[in-house]
Amino acid sequence: MAAQAGPSRARPLWIACALGVLAVCMIAGLLDGAADISPWQVVLQAVDWLPFVHVDSGLAPVEQGLLFELRLPRVLVAAVVGGLLAMAGAGYQGVFRNPLADPYLLGAAAGAGLATTVAIVLLPESGASIPVAAFLGAVGGVFLAYTLGNTAGRSGGTATLVLAGVAVTSFLTAIQTFVQQFKVEELQRVYSWILGDVGGGWDQFWLVLPYAAVSAVLLLLHGRMLDVLSVGDEEATSLGVPAARVRLTVLLAASLATAAAVAVSGLIGFVGIVIPHIVRRLAGGSYRVVLPLSLIGGGAFLVLADLIARTVIAPAELPIGVVTMFVGAPFFVGVLRMTRRTAT
Amino acid sequence: MRPRRTALAGALLGTLILAGCGQTGTTATPSAAPTASSAPASAAGFPVTVEAGNGKVTLAKKPERIVSLSATHTETLFAIGAGSQVVAVDDQSNYPPEAPKTDLSGFKPNVEAIVAQKPDLVIVSNDIDQIVAELGKVNVPVLLEPAATKLDEAYEEIAEIGAATGNQAKADEVVSGMKTAMDKLAAEAPKDKKLTYYHELDQTPYAATSQTFIGQVYGLFGLTNIADKAPDQAGGYPKLSAEFVAQADPDMIFLGDVKCCGQSKDTLAKRPGWKGLSAIKNDQVIQLDDDLASRWGPRVVQLAESIGAAVAKAGAKS
Repeated sequence: MAAQAGPSRARPLWIACALGVLAVCMIAGLLDGAADISPWQVVLQAVDWLPFVHVDSGLAPVEQGLLFELRLPRVLVAAVVGGLLAMAGAGYQGVFRNPLADPYLLGAAAGAGLATTVAIVLLPESGASIPVAAFLGAVGGVFLAYTLGNTAGRSGGTATLVLAGVAVTSFLTAIQTFVQQFKVEELQRVYSWILGDVGGGWDQFWLVLPYAAVSAVLLLLHGRMLDVLSVGDEEATSLGVPAARVRLTVLLAASLATAAAVAVSGLIGFVGIVIPHIVRRLAGGSYRVVLPLSLIGGGAFLVLADLIARTVIAPAELPIGVVTMFVGAPFFVGVLRMTRRTAT
Repeated sequence: MRPRRTALAGALLGTLILAGCGQTGTTATPSAAPTASSAPASAAGFPVTVEAGNGKVTLAKKPERIVSLSATHTETLFAIGAGSQVVAVDDQSNYPPEAPKTDLSGFKPNVEAIVAQKPDLVIVSNDIDQIVAELGKVNVPVLLEPAATKLDEAYEEIAEIGAATGNQAKADEVVSGMKTAMDKLAAEAPKDKKLTYYHELDQTPYAATSQTFIGQVYGLFGLTNIADKAPDQAGGYPKLSAEFVAQADPDMIFLGDVKCCGQSKDTLAKRPGWKGLSAIKNDQVIQLDDDLASRWGPRVVQLAESIGAAVAKAGAKS
């Protein structure tokens, strides 16, 4: 209860803080990269992009192109995808009242993985079909898990749903592995996709943006409802909140967010479960705070992870999914330890 | 790691083929050690012992039922005249066309399916799933000839396969022919221009450094590999940062992902930030044959020829 009274007052402060962190991460992401361009030149070039201003950054056209066509959209895509994954995770956790729920537990990732593999195997020529397939697969995976969970557990219990998600994930992953055996030469592409990539340029950004906007608006509007839901379905109903409808809406919105993120960037684990946790630790458990902060914090985290991925062994690159796990896990443990100490 | 020089017992003995075929090689010419009894011409010196990647492999008699689980070694077997001894090759072996292609997998070898072919020699390039030990349990001799990292290793492997299959003389002939052709190409290459290049393995984009086999082939032509800036821990096949490639702006781009992934000058130009690259503007994007660019068998000469032709053209232009 205290967690709900406090944050509503501190909410603007937290959001301002988070936006500040996101801005710092994005600027850092723009300043550094595998190409050897001085940060000062990047700043000059950024000023040059502003309307009505002309500054000579001294960069060759190819370098200007790589900044504008590669680095800038890459930072933006990382911010959007990270935000979507973290926000979806928070949404799932609210729906299932289970802090371990995340986009990957509920069949979304496995569905997307299977659909992508099938697309790569059946339509090797058309790279454009992959995002569509991933999207359909993610939605299908969650739908399957949701339906199974609902029919198995009559009351729609959250544990049943999560277990159904685990079962669906295992099953879909098995089919995916089976399909892969028919096209062994495509394994490399499937693995590249599984490890995630946010370097697809502006196309990738424009592709994800509308879905990001819709799902973010839907989820953010339901923060208060999720808070009410957290006291229990019956109490919520008695308070006039249509529990089943809220649950379904949030579930759909979170799945849409996951599907959009997975469709453009592949599988990037860890963000959806860790960021909401960190947010809860720092700013309390109200979903009116957790959802927006997860959106912003997830974005900042993935921008940072991508910056590490593309600079730490530059000019070679690490897959971003590896970085989110590798950097995220110790960071997560650190936050847990820190907040536990202050809480007690 | 690499198999040592072939140690073979009297494979050359009694053969009428000119020993001079191997004269260009200094290290690669097999040192023939005569056996106690000189073998008749046809059965050419079996038993024979070959020092392969899996240690010493001894074959009591000339293998007549060879199974190849490596596309490279399939090409070698047919090039050195062992084709008639080959009964089955894996699903990736698409050259030469007459190779008895089966659904055997070299990526996920199935011991029972291999044994069902009743092989008296299995050739692999990778000991996946302990395939060498598994086949050893059922007494099938296995020759492990791993991916070559240098041209000399590729030559050695061809000679070793020649020795193991009783085709030593033809194998030496193939090797010396390759060496002559490669030397000639290298000699013709324009060395005055310091051209840079990027060799792409797949569009994510993975490249190959000069430490790799393919990098060594490019090395013959005096080209500078932009991927060499990648740190060692990235391996010989680093996943490069797209912005690094854009900034490095290589003079030539060689695509090894044409057949698999449909890459071309046009698809490169559509990648974010790449359309201004000089290689694209100057029409220096060279589409290689994926298979040639990933195998270290006799057809590496054809790969070198296509690289050489492209370099000559680029040199003439700039």
